[in-house]
Amino acid sequence: MPGTIANTTLDRFQRWRRAKDTSARYLIGFFGLAVIGALTLMFVYLLSETLPMFQGASLEERAAYDAPGGADTGTIHLAVNRHREMAVRLTEDRRAVFFRPYSGEVVREQPLPIPDDVRVTSFSMAEPRTRLVAAGLDNGQVLAIEYEYNERFTPQGREYDPGLVYPLGDEDSALLDVDSEGRAIDVVGIQRGSSGVRVAAATEDGDLRLVNFEERTSMMTGETEVTRSAHDLPSLPGDATPTRILVDITGRNLMVGDDRGRLHFYDISTPRNARLVDSQRVVRGDDAEVTSLEYILGTVSIVVGGSDGSVAQYMLVRDEDNVNRITRVRDFPQHADAVTNTQPEYIRKGFATTDASGALAVHYPTSQRTLLQQTFSDRPLYRAYIDPRNRMLIAIDDAESWFVNDLSNPHPEVSFHVLWQKVWYEGRSGGDYVWQSSSATDEFEPKFSLVPLTLGTVKAAFYAMLFATPLAIMGAIYSAYFMSSRMRGLTKPCIELMEALPTVILGFLAGLWLAPFIEANLPAVASILILLPLAMLVMAFVWTRVLPEGVRRAIPAGWEAAILIPVILLVGWFAVFISPHLEIWMFNGDARQWLTDAGYTYDQRNALVIGIAMGFAVIPTIYSISEDAVFNVPRHLTQGSLALGATPWQTVVRVVLLTASPGIFSAVMIGFGRAVGETMIVLMATGNSPVVNFNIFEGMRTLSANIAVEMPETAVGGTHYRILFLAALVLFALTFTVNTIAEIVRQRLRNKYSTL
Amino acid sequence: MKHWFQSGTPWIWLNAGAIAASLVMVFGLITMIAVNGLSFFWPSEVIEFEYQPAADSEPRGVMGEIARSETMTAQAAREAGFQVPEGQEIVVRHLIKRGNRDLDSRDFRWYLEDAMSERRTPRDAVVLERLQWGDFFGFIREYREDGETVAEGEAARTAFEQRIRETRDLVQQLERIERVEIGQVNHQMERVRLDRRGLERDTSLPEEQRAQRHQELDEEQAALDAEYAELESERNALREEVARYAIVLETADGQRTTLALSQIVNAWWPNDMSTAAKLRHYVGSFRDFMTGYPREANTEGGILPAIFGTVLMVILMSIVVTPFGVLAAIYLREYAKQGPLVRIIRISVNNLAGVPSIVFGVFGLGFFVYLVGGNIDQLFFQDALPSPTFGSPAIIWASLTLALLTLPVVIVSTEEGLTRIGSSVRHGSLSLGATKAETLWRLIVPLSAPAMMTGLILAVARAAGEVAPLMLVGVVKLAPNLPVDGTFPYLHLDRAFMHLGYHIYDVGFKSPNVEAGRPLVYATALILVLLIVVLNLTAISIRNHLREKYRAESD
Repeated sequence: MPGTIANTTLDRFQRWRRAKDTSARYLIGFFGLAVIGALTLMFVYLLSETLPMFQGASLEERAAYDAPGGADTGTIHLAVNRHREMAVRLTEDRRAVFFRPYSGEVVREQPLPIPDDVRVTSFSMAEPRTRLVAAGLDNGQVLAIEYEYNERFTPQGREYDPGLVYPLGDEDSALLDVDSEGRAIDVVGIQRGSSGVRVAAATEDGDLRLVNFEERTSMMTGETEVTRSAHDLPSLPGDATPTRILVDITGRNLMVGDDRGRLHFYDISTPRNARLVDSQRVVRGDDAEVTSLEYILGTVSIVVGGSDGSVAQYMLVRDEDNVNRITRVRDFPQHADAVTNTQPEYIRKGFATTDASGALAVHYPTSQRTLLQQTFSDRPLYRAYIDPRNRMLIAIDDAESWFVNDLSNPHPEVSFHVLWQKVWYEGRSGGDYVWQSSSATDEFEPKFSLVPLTLGTVKAAFYAMLFATPLAIMGAIYSAYFMSSRMRGLTKPCIELMEALPTVILGFLAGLWLAPFIEANLPAVASILILLPLAMLVMAFVWTRVLPEGVRRAIPAGWEAAILIPVILLVGWFAVFISPHLEIWMFNGDARQWLTDAGYTYDQRNALVIGIAMGFAVIPTIYSISEDAVFNVPRHLTQGSLALGATPWQTVVRVVLLTASPGIFSAVMIGFGRAVGETMIVLMATGNSPVVNFNIFEGMRTLSANIAVEMPETAVGGTHYRILFLAALVLFALTFTVNTIAEIVRQRLRNKYSTL
Repeated sequence: MKHWFQSGTPWIWLNAGAIAASLVMVFGLITMIAVNGLSFFWPSEVIEFEYQPAADSEPRGVMGEIARSETMTAQAAREAGFQVPEGQEIVVRHLIKRGNRDLDSRDFRWYLEDAMSERRTPRDAVVLERLQWGDFFGFIREYREDGETVAEGEAARTAFEQRIRETRDLVQQLERIERVEIGQVNHQMERVRLDRRGLERDTSLPEEQRAQRHQELDEEQAALDAEYAELESERNALREEVARYAIVLETADGQRTTLALSQIVNAWWPNDMSTAAKLRHYVGSFRDFMTGYPREANTEGGILPAIFGTVLMVILMSIVVTPFGVLAAIYLREYAKQGPLVRIIRISVNNLAGVPSIVFGVFGLGFFVYLVGGNIDQLFFQDALPSPTFGSPAIIWASLTLALLTLPVVIVSTEEGLTRIGSSVRHGSLSLGATKAETLWRLIVPLSAPAMMTGLILAVARAAGEVAPLMLVGVVKLAPNLPVDGTFPYLHLDRAFMHLGYHIYDVGFKSPNVEAGRPLVYATALILVLLIVVLNLTAISIRNHLREKYRAESD
């Protein structure tokens, strides 16, 4: 029947319409919710990039075996290559054993070039990255030796041909005569600096000797020439016996530990006149002894482990008399038993400590973090070794049982302490807030205090708000309440244009034009500040009281702002014109110098410039929102006030402002949020130096500008990268809070207006 | 007086002063950019004078354009290194653009007014815009062909003027070969190389097919090599031809130098030009600026790649942000029930508008570039690894980041448009039996289209001026290739691009010679400001027009 056909077609059509309607509903709903999704995604992603920084270290056990090359002899040194595929063990019975670290499979054995009848009496290593080690012998000689892995890349993977090398020439010269009388070397210390190798040793009688091997590469022939010079050092005070000798990489400082828990500092910058500068007991307990003494990377800080299980960091700090003193910098959590050994990391300032109860701990000094504490054996741990990339940790107990672990310790440098508190860095005389993320040297430790950046951000925003808030709010009151509607129609687009101006242009003008201009015309800036309001008041008086009625009629009420524009231009021109004369009259001809003499540092790109430029950028934001709030104050309130006899100004102050104050508050908040996050202006018009002060004539470095400068140069996934993400997260959280509060206040105000 | 203060009039005037000061700042800023930017192209007068910094020093000839002048105290001038006689309190100094960066150490130098002799404006003073070393100021003395002097003095100028046009054509031809044609061949060679790598990795292919593919690739490679050789010989022939002509120049202080014509971009005699000639020069150099490629670390030449990059990025962004923003606004206004959810969405919108742009950049870099881009590379561009294809900053990621950034702008203005449509329109449509989707599609969207347009224009204006996030997700100082070119797939979303705003930052702050780049920065800033002012004024006028319209309808 035709009716049914029509019906089914209609039905199908209706179903089709309904389907379209439903899918439109879902599609649109999806995009509506996607707005929340986008914001959440940003937050979650930023957070996910920062969180790994605050995790500790972890170990995963990979293998356990007896010492490669025989557990019946002791290990004096162990090192793993950076790919964790080849390792070397030096043994007490004078062998170098090369082996695969994950399996313990011995690849090669090589005897150390020591005569058969000579015993190894002491051992020391230079910084791990130098691969240089020294063994003191009982015949007065010291063996200095390096190992190498000789890796080659083949299509099948990496291949190794490991072996020993002799840093000071050939195999014969590896044995150095340190004590001419042939006494046994009880303690030895070695270090490679920029100028060559230094060996320091104590004989069995406690005499201290220093031998320098200076390397000089001839410019003409390219040959390296080694000159040797030996010096006697003053003996330790009292009858103390040296137990440990440390030489730093600069070749200026020598540290000697003794059997009475003291550390002695020798100045050896001129070895001939080497002198003992300072001695200090470095372990707190009364009968405690120093059981471990080791430099960490850079050979500035010394980690002291005691028989009472204490671990502390010492370094040389200049006192008031400009003398370097051995100073305790910080303590680490105490071990349960005597500390047996300290092992520094290769490329960071972290270290691992082992103790006699079989426990191990991994520490990082500046962040004051102990990232890992774990017990390996019921026997005392003898030593722990970390590979160059901090990915593997081998713990050895005193029965030469080895525990091979994968180590994950990617971000030890970061902690709440590092980011927000004063940190005592090496080479400084106390704790400080420092941001310094990179440098040219390997020993450099990045300094990640967010305090200077956050303060810089607040400083920039503060001066910007100081400039913008009065102008914007006063302007908003005037244009919402007094301005004629025609002028308002002209003004609003102008302010919107002001908001739309790219900040890169403001920044460029601020940096390249305003900053030099202010520097050259400081008195003009000061005089504008004073003259401008005065001139406005004078103009107001002249216009309303002095000028005849006829002239006043020519321009209707509500155009006062237009009348004032020429006044402002005139005052501006006048201020610049008299600026050099003022400078001669009041500042001895150079205002900048005058400020410097008065004790204020003056940077060309400073907070004053930022205040004006960024103030310019936030004026429209504050203006639009507060104008909105003032303009929407219900008319019956103001009309009531005026009807009761209040002047327009009284109405504004007592009624309008009071009612609109939440709106103005939220305007200021949003303006502040914008100032905090502004990047280009700050990037271009401050010196970007991370200073910690509120001097208006100095620059600053803000979180946002810092991200813009450093982000493109960081290694993805590194600590610096994540800290920049943290900076972004801080900015996000800050603006989120400010904006959310502002938005809630505004929503309430809107409800209030609608009920009034 | 007291009464006057009590009346509140002075305070009202002070408030008026605040808005007046803001207006003065806006117009002052725009005027300043306009004046500086526009004067960049005007061939200003070249002055010549003798400079004697101290009474006992030898006077030295100086020639150049006055860049700017300032008045300062004698004390400050002394500290800046000038010798000012005792007793003098105020001095005037001029910054002279002397050019000749290859001969003198500094091309911009301050000169004290009092130590300058009377200024002259020699009619035969020539300004040469060169490919290297910036501008030259001096005189043409000889004209040479194949190393032999053909003409001298006045005749040299005529001969030079005749030859320079031809040489320019040849140089442009040469540039085209180097930039476009050789570039294309290289691009194809790179494709062949990647194909070969892909072939080696693909183990599933039987041996026979593999050999055949190898042979095909070899043939392709051989053809490309031949093409390359041909282009190269063509280029060498052109190079030899342009290298034949040269001029001998003399500077104001008597130094002589020889310059090949191929090095000269433009030459003019500013003191010998009529106003009409100057206008012609003005238009010509403005055109060159808009359509040329940058030179000398971006401090000279044109900004075409920057304009192109900005526009393309904005277009890509619009494609993403418009549907997203419009649909979200429709949801807020038409579908969502007022309640906590809507409040949360509104707070989200406001926060997206308030979160600093650099944070979007960081997010874009981590999420889009490294996470999304890195995964795309793993899946589809394995042959090119480890060099990233989409896993490095690129125009697509910049567009997506800015789409997120400008989303609130589109939402807010679309919503405003939707609010203004009376509910009677909706009710009418629904009561006639239309579904909600139909009402939307047939009535609401067309009616609010101008509002959406406004939102889009504002978003574009915002995006065009934003720089901070772009620095992280795709903008570069100098892009070797435009993101659109003649090689497949024509639109290269994986390429980094240049941007007007970043150009300003780069030339103004990172170039080795800030003073030389300054006029160019002003000119670039002017273009950017013009773009943004025009976009904003358009948006504002559409919106005002709309408001009037709806006000009229609702009455």
